[in-house]
Amino acid sequence: MIARFVSPRIGGLAALLAVIAALPLALSNNYFYEVAILVGLNAIVCVGLNLLIGYAGQISLGHAGFFGLGAYGSAILSARFDWPPLAALAAATVAVALLAYLIGRPILRLRGHYLAMATLGMGVIVSIVAATEDRWTGGPDGMSVPPFKLFGATLSGEGAWYCVVGALLVAAVWLSLNLIESPTGRALRALSSSEVAAEVSGIDSARQKVLVFVISAVFASVAGSLTAHYSGFITPSKLTFFHSIELVTMVVFGGMASTYGAVVGAAVLTTLPQLLTVFKDYEMVVFGAIMMGTMIFMPKGLVPSIGTWVGGSRTRKDLR
Amino acid sequence: MGRRVAHAEGPAVSLLRTEGLSKEFGGVCAVDSLSFAISPGRVYSIIGPNGAGKTTLLNLLTGIYAPSGGRIFLEDADLTGRAPHEFAQAGVARTFQNLQVFFNMTALENVMVGRYRRERCSLATALLRTPALARAERTCREEAAELMRFIGLAEWLDARAEAMPYGALKRLEIARALATQPRMLLLDEPAAGLNSAEMRGIGELIGLLASRGHTVVLVEHNMRLVMGVSDHVLVLDYGRKLAEGTAEEVRRDPRVIEAYLGSALASDCSVGSATTSGGSAGGTAGSVAPTLH
Amino acid sequence: MSGQLAQYLLSGITIGAIYALVALGFSIIFNASHVINFAQGEFVMIGGMTTVSLTGAGLPLPVAMIAAVGLAALVGLALEKLAVEPARRAPVVTLIIITIGASILLRGLAALVWDKKLHTLAPFSGSAPIEIAGAALLPQSLWVLGVSLAIVLALSWFFGRTLLGKAMLATSNQGVAAQLVGINVRRVLLISFGLSAALGAVAGILITPITLTSWDVGIMLGLKGFAAAVLGGLGSGPGAVLGGLVLGVAESLSAGYLSSAYKDVIAFVLMLAVLFFRPAGILGGRAAERV
Repeated sequence: MIARFVSPRIGGLAALLAVIAALPLALSNNYFYEVAILVGLNAIVCVGLNLLIGYAGQISLGHAGFFGLGAYGSAILSARFDWPPLAALAAATVAVALLAYLIGRPILRLRGHYLAMATLGMGVIVSIVAATEDRWTGGPDGMSVPPFKLFGATLSGEGAWYCVVGALLVAAVWLSLNLIESPTGRALRALSSSEVAAEVSGIDSARQKVLVFVISAVFASVAGSLTAHYSGFITPSKLTFFHSIELVTMVVFGGMASTYGAVVGAAVLTTLPQLLTVFKDYEMVVFGAIMMGTMIFMPKGLVPSIGTWVGGSRTRKDLR
Repeated sequence: MGRRVAHAEGPAVSLLRTEGLSKEFGGVCAVDSLSFAISPGRVYSIIGPNGAGKTTLLNLLTGIYAPSGGRIFLEDADLTGRAPHEFAQAGVARTFQNLQVFFNMTALENVMVGRYRRERCSLATALLRTPALARAERTCREEAAELMRFIGLAEWLDARAEAMPYGALKRLEIARALATQPRMLLLDEPAAGLNSAEMRGIGELIGLLASRGHTVVLVEHNMRLVMGVSDHVLVLDYGRKLAEGTAEEVRRDPRVIEAYLGSALASDCSVGSATTSGGSAGGTAGSVAPTLH
Repeated sequence: MSGQLAQYLLSGITIGAIYALVALGFSIIFNASHVINFAQGEFVMIGGMTTVSLTGAGLPLPVAMIAAVGLAALVGLALEKLAVEPARRAPVVTLIIITIGASILLRGLAALVWDKKLHTLAPFSGSAPIEIAGAALLPQSLWVLGVSLAIVLALSWFFGRTLLGKAMLATSNQGVAAQLVGINVRRVLLISFGLSAALGAVAGILITPITLTSWDVGIMLGLKGFAAAVLGGLGSGPGAVLGGLVLGVAESLSAGYLSSAYKDVIAFVLMLAVLFFRPAGILGGRAAERV
């Protein structure tokens, strides 16, 4: 009984909760809070994307599209149609889930580079539509978004948003860990290792892939909706191919098949550009170099690599 | 058709039945109008030279290939054209010639995956990890461990699959297949790459499975194993049935000898490695030709 | 009306030729290494921008062009040696991120070395349009089509008739077998990157007088070139050319008759359609499903 409470899962969640609770001590001004909130929102997307890329072994270079659809869905419904923000968020999420389900089937029949390009194409189409349909979306300049209201109370101020995003992040990590350690999670890991062996073990791999695709789309959409309300505006720059790549890089950098790795990756690569503004004009050069360098020298990602250095002696014992 | 001892014959008793099964690849007929039946509880071997269509047949029987013609029946159910996971859910399990172990998991988790079709839970249950699911997971773990002990992999209970040697991995695949609680177990060259001690172990395992009532279908090059465990042997050549019968009958069948075994095996003299007239019959690690002595 | 149609067709074929050259670059690298080089578009940018700055510095156009192509080829070789080769055995996702990282790096360098403004080159032989079938054809378009045709012919001679070219094709089909017969696979990879970079640079130089160039012109051109390669059949040379032309014409026609705002979308819609219904592309064979 006690063992259940000190399992690695609970321990990890508790540690995450502790970090989130203690962090405000280090955040001395609004700007830091803002970065922390952005980290949290990106981390939610990355946790979902990690299920797709790290555990199910698929690729998506278009997830900024789902993020953007959630953001614009919430924005348009709440700004242009005066929907309550919560209802707008729910509606946008359902719509994105449906879309992901419909395109998931045909897209996930593809593999490797073809899947990458199909998801990329999908993401680019969404971003072009968002930039072009300016009657709805405000075009390339974007549109403003009303603040988030929950049962009449307006959610405003960095402190309040920090709590909400932090709580949602913990929830997202909890859901993700649960899924991984369930039969469904094993099925996903199985099909990423050997799809044919998974199939002959009774796993409908097509259905599982669509499932995790939809889940990751939902995570991205919710994060997108919240980002729109938090920032007060949304522009197509949040939907670009570059943003999709940022998200994938966060996941891979943090460590594929590692939920906490996704959080770490989001944390590092969201704060990094903030730090890189010091470099000003060199920002892109440094970012590109970091992307290449980490993939070449640390292909397993940050958290698993640290895991091997730390647990090195243990793994050696396993290899009789 | 060969003689079978004390078993009723006829479609009513067969577990698996094919009718005119064919598979074509761009004009080449890998399996050609194959009709045969497998009775429950027997050990059935499929042998033949390389290119005879054995692996193609196995892929057809597990839904990995869709047939170009013919039908496949599992008892009364027509499984023709179904997806592999539907074959698995109907009770057909298999191992692979080229190991398809899940190297990104532990050995135990590999076996647990085999239990998937009985463990399936709804998405909500998985996301929320209800107490019922947690209990089911514990049961799953225990039963998988039990299966590993039964198969002889007790020492690898805590190991990662990537740390296990080849022989243990072959057994792991069998454990995973058994975890699906299949009605029929298809083993694709289980002895390939094993030394004689390991091979004897596999033979004992198959015998043990048969004695427990499992239906085992074996695709194998190793004649010693085949002759030792089989109740019934099907010989393929160029995708067609060349001969069928008990191990003894097949061994003495002149057509089989000419196509596959080589005349030196007609007698009981011990032979080194026999070569065949129809080309070498061994393309997997470890076996070069049907070995028998 | 037919004058307008002819106009769209001509401009479509012109830009299509550029897409074809970029697509060829993708195919050559994909053939040799099964890597999608997301930095391909940047070679186009390097070709155009280098020529602009060198001619601006006073060098004659032909010298500037050769230098630009040479520089792009060097960058391609460096990319292969420093970024792709160390990660040859990495999974697809990793390689994708590496080449995308490279494209970001190159774009950032371009913004530093040059600037973020649009630049142009003087058309090679004047800008007086030629009347054809009621449409106005820019002389530059003739250059684009002529040089592209020459390149395509040269490449088909190279891959079909020279030992090195055949060696490169052999590597694409059976890497291990190619090694066993003595083909230096690593050299083939290097050459394919250099060659693709040169192709991209030539495309960039040719198109600059018509569509201008800038530090980030490579993004869309790269993506569309890739769409063209997929359309025609990834890894197929003739497919790349066909895909490029089809894409260019489709884009031009839809911009003219449907909606010019959504011009850029056509490439990706077509690419998705191909990936959904015939992933091997127009000229690719049916992909065999073997276990």
